[in-house]
Formats: sequence, C-alpha cells, structure tokens
Amino acid sequence: MSGKLEAALARCRELTEDMSYASVRSHKEKTGDGAIGYFPVYSPLELYHAAGYLPVAVHGGGNQIEITAADSRFGSFICSIVKSTMELGMKGHLDVLDGVVFHDICDSARNLAWLFERNFKDKLFMEYFHLPQKPDGAAAAAFLGGEYERIYTKLAALRGRKPDLDAIRKSIGLYNINRGLHRRLYKLRSERPQDVLTAELSLLTRAGGILPVEEHNKMLADCLADFEARSNKPRDGIRVLVEGSFCEQPPIELLELLDAVGCFAVDDDLLIGRRWFDQDVPVKGNPFSALAEAYMKSPVPSSVRHNPGVPRTEAMVQRVRSNKAQAVLFIYAKFCEPGLFDYVLFKDVLEREGIPHLLIEFEEKMWTFDKARMELETFVESQLFAYD
Amino acid sequence: MTDTPKENPKAAGHVHYQGRMHALQKEIITRWYKELHGVWQRQQASNAVPLPGSGATGAVPLMISGNCVELLQAFDLLPVYPEINALQLAIRKKALEYLLKAEDMGYSTDNCGYVKADMAFYLEGAETAQGTRIPKPSLILNNFVGCNTYIKWFEHLAHFTKAPLFTLDIPFLQGEEPDAGQIKYVADQLKDLIRLLEKVSGRSFDIDRLREILKLSARSEELWSAIKMTAKNNPSPYEAFFDATTMMGPLYVSRGTPEGVRFFEEALREMEEKVRLGVGAVAKERFRVVVEAPPPYPYFKAFRDLFNTWGACSVASTYSCVGGTFEFGFRHDPRDPLNSIARHMLVHNVCNRNYIQRYDQILRYIKEWNADALIIHSVKSCRLFSAGHGDMREFFTSKGIPTLYVESDLEDPRYYSPAQMRNRFDAFFEALEHKKYSTKGAGV
Repeated sequence: MSGKLEAALARCRELTEDMSYASVRSHKEKTGDGAIGYFPVYSPLELYHAAGYLPVAVHGGGNQIEITAADSRFGSFICSIVKSTMELGMKGHLDVLDGVVFHDICDSARNLAWLFERNFKDKLFMEYFHLPQKPDGAAAAAFLGGEYERIYTKLAALRGRKPDLDAIRKSIGLYNINRGLHRRLYKLRSERPQDVLTAELSLLTRAGGILPVEEHNKMLADCLADFEARSNKPRDGIRVLVEGSFCEQPPIELLELLDAVGCFAVDDDLLIGRRWFDQDVPVKGNPFSALAEAYMKSPVPSSVRHNPGVPRTEAMVQRVRSNKAQAVLFIYAKFCEPGLFDYVLFKDVLEREGIPHLLIEFEEKMWTFDKARMELETFVESQLFAYD
Repeated sequence: MTDTPKENPKAAGHVHYQGRMHALQKEIITRWYKELHGVWQRQQASNAVPLPGSGATGAVPLMISGNCVELLQAFDLLPVYPEINALQLAIRKKALEYLLKAEDMGYSTDNCGYVKADMAFYLEGAETAQGTRIPKPSLILNNFVGCNTYIKWFEHLAHFTKAPLFTLDIPFLQGEEPDAGQIKYVADQLKDLIRLLEKVSGRSFDIDRLREILKLSARSEELWSAIKMTAKNNPSPYEAFFDATTMMGPLYVSRGTPEGVRFFEEALREMEEKVRLGVGAVAKERFRVVVEAPPPYPYFKAFRDLFNTWGACSVASTYSCVGGTFEFGFRHDPRDPLNSIARHMLVHNVCNRNYIQRYDQILRYIKEWNADALIIHSVKSCRLFSAGHGDMREFFTSKGIPTLYVESDLEDPRYYSPAQMRNRFDAFFEALEHKKYSTKGAGV
C-alpha cells in the first residue's frame, strides 16, 4: 500500500469514528457555513450544500458510543442505527449541527424524526420530506420537485440567503463529480477486487459523509489513482455481490473479514444513497426538477424504494451476471425491516436462478466476529470446491 | 386494601362481553366472507378479469389504513383486507403454524407477523377458519398510507400471486394540513386508479354512484363517531378498545352500504340505551383508560380479562383510528368525492399522522374522555405504532399521567407472556388504586 493511500484511509477512519464531529466544528468556524445532518438512505445533498450548509451523515454511532439513554425511548426490537442516532442526540454529540433531515425509509426511522422534533427542537431543527414510492407516475417527479423547492427555500432562509438556482446547479456539478468518481472506483473494484478492498472503499465513501464535497472529490481522485497503480496478486476466493447494508453500516471489522476470508465483493449497496444516479444530473434548467427527475428515473435498485417496473429481484440477477459474481452475500442489520423482507424475494429468485447466497446479520456494536468468520469461510470453501 | 378485587380466573373466564352489535358484526363479516367465496368459486371456472357473470366483478386486496374502499364498491369490486386475514388467524389461535411456515420460507423472526401469517395463508390456499376461500386478486391496491410495511406486504403478494399491483403513494403528513401539492398529487393518482378500476371491473365510472356510496359512508362515520362519544359517559357503555375492534370490521367492509349504516345505527341505539340505564361496558367501572396500539390478538380474551378484572374500561383508543380519526370531525364529502377521499388518506387516519400528533390525540382523549391512565401495548410487529413507545411513556409520565408500558405482539403468540403480563397489569392497577384513594377520590 502506498503511504499516501494508507494515510488517506487512516484519516477516513478517524473522521468516521469521531463522534465529537471535530472536523465539522472546525469547518463551521473556518467558513461560517452551517451544518446539516441527514439520515440515510438517499438525501439531496446538493440542496443543503447550496443553501450554505455542510451536509453531515447522521448514520448512528457505530461501535464508538455506548447506548445508555436511548434504550429508554425505543423497544428492544428496534435496529441499532435508530437507537444510536437517538443516543447521539440525547448526549449532545449532534449539537454541532443546525438541524437534521429525515425521510421515510421505514417506520422506525420515520418515528425517529418526530422524536428528534420533540426532544431536540430547542437546539436542532428537524426537516422531513417524502420521496415518492411511485416511480411510474409523471405526477411523482413534479411532486418531488415541489418538496425539494420547499426544503431548499426553508433551509436557505434559515441561513439568511435568497434562493439561488445557480448555486444549486454548481452544487449538482460538484456532486456529479463525486458520484462519477464513485462509479470509477466501483468499476475498478469489479475488475480488480484484489486491488480495491471492500473495507477500504467503504471507508472512503463514509468519509464523504463528513468532509466537504470539494475535499472529498480530491480525496477520491487521489485514491483512485493510487488504487489504479496497485497490482496485488489475485488470491483464491470468490466474487460476491454484497447486499443489504444500505442504511445502518456494518462494523469495518466485518468488511475486513470479507477480504480476509477470500470473499471479494465486486458490487455492493453500502451507503447506496451516495451513488444513487448512474449518470450525471443535468446542471441546466430547473435544478429542483432535474434532481427530482433524476431520482425518479434512476435505475439503482434499493430496498427502500418501491419500483415495480424494475423489480429489485431481477435487477439483482442482472447485477450478479454483469459483475460476474459467483454468489450473493446478504449483510443485514438486525431488525432491519426493509432489508429482511426483501431477502425472502431475493432468496426465491436466486434459488430459481441457481445462484448461491449467504445471510449474515450484524449490529453496530457487534464486537466478536468468530461466528461470522466461520460462516464466511465455510461458504467460500464450499463455493471454491464447487467451482474447481 | 380490602377493596382490591382478587383475581378469580374462573369468574374472569365466564365474563360475557357480547352485546347485540357483536351478533350483527358477525353477520356482516360472515356475509362478506361468503361473497368472497362466491368470487373464488367463479374464478374456478374462469380466470378472466373482469370476472364474467353477475355479482361482484372481482376482489381487490387493500390495506386498512386510510382505505378508499368506496372506490372499489363503485365498481362492484369486493375488498380483501390482508390485515383481517392475519388477525382472524391469530384470534383463532392458528397464527403460529402459518408464522412457522413463513419463517421456513426465509422470513425473519423480526419481520411483521401480520405479513408472515398472511403470506403463508395465501400460499397454503387461503382457506379461512369458516371454510371459505379468499379469491385471487383481480388487482392489488397498495394504498401506502403511513405504514412502510404495506409496500413490502403487497410487493410480496404480487410476487407470489402474479397479480397486477397499483400503488397509491400518500405523502406522510407533517403539519396539521397538507399543502395543495400533496392533495393534487393524491387526487391525480386517484384518477389514474379509477381508469384502472374501469378496466379491472369492466364497469364505467359513475360519479353519482360514488357520491351515493360516500353519502352512506359519511352517515356511518357520523354514527361511529357518536358511539365513540358515548364513552364520555360515566360509566362508559362502550369499550373503546376491545369492542371497537369488533366494530372496525363493518367500518372497513361496509361503511358505504345501507347495511353498514344499519349496523352503526343499531350499535348506537344499544349504547344510548345502556347510557339511559346506567349500564357500563364493564360490570363496575373503576378505572377509565386510554389504550395505545393494537391488541395481542393471539391472547385477545385473556388480555381483555386483565382490564375487566380491575374494572378498567377503555374509553378511547388510537388503534380504532387506523381507518380514520372520525371522532374529530372528518366525514367523506359526496359533494367533493376525490378530494375528500384524498384528505381522508392524507390527514384523517392515525397511520399517516406523525408521532407528536399521536401524543396530542392521546392527551385529548385523556382530557375530554376523562381518563385516569394510559396503557401502551407495544407490539413488536408494528413499528409504525411501537418505534418510540419508550419516548411516549416518558412524555406522558412527565405530564403526571399514570402510564403502563407492556410489550408483546399482535400476531405472534411467542411474544406474549401471560404470567408476566398479568403481573404488570396487577401491579399497575394496584398502584393506581392506591393513588386514587390516597388523593381522596380526586382522581389520578
């Protein structure tokens, strides 16, 4: 590993594990910008950036905080990310933010938004928007464009700014670069998984939830060049499609385990919201409409988006084929309703197609990986044997 | 505490909860199942959509939350409610076998039990406990009103039945009023749905017929609301959680029919008569409670006994508002059919309202229905209700309102612990009684 790449990845890890959000605080002081948190899965970061905020991923506390207060607000059967995000709010970690934006990916996350409103309204504003679950209707894009305009106008006003469509277009351009770099990284990973490890790629994407987009773009470009220059020897292992961690993120240690046991991811949906579009969003015309139409037309499948026209099951089979994956590895957060429901349909179709699969559940605070290691090793060996 | 009633399981087991409205409800639901069975029988001869012959043109599953059943009725399509399929299995102690079958298919133990039981039920032939069959869907109407699980449920139903799926995407309510864009968005989708229903049913849309149906719905809603208001009496003639569950069937199946109106007229008469005679829903009303979230259907009777043993009557419940918050004034409007349906789906049902609005609703119940306490029955299956119940408890406790928080499930009997539940209820009511006496009858 080049020293530069190693340093960049170490910085990513430091940024994403810092629950004091020191870099956000420093950015605010340096630039005078605001900071706005966003809950996964997809959020229109361009609008927050253009309104004068640093968009900050509020993706729970990972394995960096203890849950001591939020357990009293949510039942035992609620997923980690909802509880740890509540904990971050209750313990003041999020005081550096001006507000947090939510949308309805699932019932737990939706209710979390209103608990934020009730418990933290004196220090954080809460904004909520509806992403249409109706991609086949023309009315949906128009509706979503209206939602975007409503949010942007409100957020800009809070910063004392008048609406500036050119500023949004400029932000779209910056995030187009960001998504384009992600696409190139993912393409390289699919071609040479031994050179772009899943844990590394995940850290890079996660850092984009903290860093200003301009800085993240530079980091992605530098790391892409370093990855391209790598020439690790291919190892025995299998090519897998990783599915299920679109919201709550698995511990980095679990992703490192994939690489260690020879389970080479060639595509995944880790933080899929950062890579929602398969092509650039137009920077001309009405930016609200452009973002809304891009969202509606995006073919990227997700467990939190209803799209009967492009069933996620069939899209998964296509992704397996196009990436030459040998199996699918489901990595779901414990208690994740959208993911665990989808697993049933995925399983049905994968078995029809004869594609092997394995399911592993995780929690943010998972600290022992022996069971996962044994399951993964057994799975990889069974597949290597089958393919020999 | 000599006044504390000693639990007598034998006596509790003999409590007879049924009034005339229960018998009428049974008639309505049995007839509906028979009509569905009739469609199933005709489907055996023909898979055509619309179904040839006289009678119903087909059957369409939709969800209870903010349902637009009137639109189906306007096309002679019968509604199928998968939630009712699931709760019928649970209340008849049949849920577990279906839950296990679903888990064999890959469903997680942590997924909604309603969905799991219903999917296994469909895949096993959809034969009801009454021996009737639920027909194949002519169309699956995915009315996404608040509950994200609805989307998954109907995606699965479409996947396994191969029936066409139409989604009504209802934006979640944020303030008290939706904006014009939201109403237009929903009304435009209703127009698309009407065009589709014309094809599915083979009937032309007749807005005057829809107006007539909505007029009957409005009348049923008026009566249902009046019934809920009778619970403000002391003693309350109406059990607003358990008996409301009985009455919700007719509300969703036949509110837009003369039969539905007759049911609610009769039920209101029964309640008014009980008020006149001073007869309460429980033998000796000692506590008036508000109940949040659905009941544990696998232990429905046992759970009711926990209230009854202590003379606790539910005077209001949020679960009875899944299909509509009619007690706060909303009525379908025959003069403005589509906008009125849109407003019902967007604003006037508990599922599409946010958590803070639910706190406000419960506070209103406690004040206006003069309740002593809140009981939160947090069900694992339904995160729409349960995600945040700890915060709800904290909120009401901080307001000085005695609040009991218990966890189980609406479908899965494995999550209900009878002994533990009884201990929690007994301890709560003992404390409540102590508080009542220590404040010299001033209420708690």
